[in-house]
Amino acid sequence: MGFEFHTTSLQAAVNWARKWSLFQYPFVTACCGMEFMSVAASKYDIARFGAEFPRFSPRQADLLIIVGTITERQGPALRRIYDQMCEPKWVVAFGVCASTGGFYQNYGTMPGADQVVPVDVYIPGCPPRPEQVLDGLMLLQDRIQKGEGHSQITIAAERGYDVPIAAIRPKELKGP
Amino acid sequence: MAQIVLDRLTAQFSGGEIIEVGSSRGNEWARIKREAWVTVCKFLRDDPATKMDMFIDLTAVDRMGLRTFPEDAPRFDVVLHLYSVGHKHRVRLYCGVPEEDPSVDTLVSVWEGVNWFEREAYDLYGVRFKGHPDLRRILMYPEFVGHPLRKDYPKEKRQPLVRRQAGTRE
Repeated sequence: MGFEFHTTSLQAAVNWARKWSLFQYPFVTACCGMEFMSVAASKYDIARFGAEFPRFSPRQADLLIIVGTITERQGPALRRIYDQMCEPKWVVAFGVCASTGGFYQNYGTMPGADQVVPVDVYIPGCPPRPEQVLDGLMLLQDRIQKGEGHSQITIAAERGYDVPIAAIRPKELKGP
Repeated sequence: MAQIVLDRLTAQFSGGEIIEVGSSRGNEWARIKREAWVTVCKFLRDDPATKMDMFIDLTAVDRMGLRTFPEDAPRFDVVLHLYSVGHKHRVRLYCGVPEEDPSVDTLVSVWEGVNWFEREAYDLYGVRFKGHPDLRRILMYPEFVGHPLRKDYPKEKRQPLVRRQAGTRE
């Protein structure tokens, strides 16, 4: 049993804990917020996935949920909020506006929040059904467990951990 | 509905201040000369027969490329909607603003609420309101260059304030 084995085991355990205890920061700017409330409320209940607790300070959150249209003017504020969050942190783009700009194609709307922050999971829909959001959340949990989040990869690279599975992802994508 | 307003206008101003009046689908409108813009508005507010005491809306129109746009007409129109709470009538006023000097006197001294509407028209169309107390952009950010609702502003041109940079830590 080498040191390497212990490290990866610990990472797996830590990631397991992380994925069931997401503290979200809802960056709600538009109508998707109604659907977000629905997901957070008792019927669809994201508490089942350990992500029920919205924190309204980015310093206490590790999951940034971008809900709604982002304008160019909001860009610096969004970037600052992301920078203020503690690592490791994850970002979900909720709805098409946050993912790509949606049906807005004009002078004021940012074509997707990933222009300023690295997004881990994109949830399409205008707005997405709560089931889609839960699906996206489970997808994010998978990525967290595998250490594939953007900030997890950066941290692993900086500290010299094992290369996360995400590094071999492009090969997987070449499959049939 | 508000023919009396137009009658009052044409009776009061005979020196060419009122360029044209008309009525379309029950809505009365008048085209005002730029120099008389504030005078006419003040009259409409204070005259007991018109008493336009409520300002509804002010915006601008870029008529560039419009089929109904005459060659010699000014490019921009400032459009003003007024309502009288007492008489329950409305009127719409136009003021042509040429491209080379897109300016018109401010109406803030007539209706206080015009303030932000003029800022919006300035922001999006570039119409300058002379004498406005605080003519800054209201919707776009101060770094923005140009006026996005002008017809010659490129439809998909963006002016980002911040973007992700390759090689930085994320």
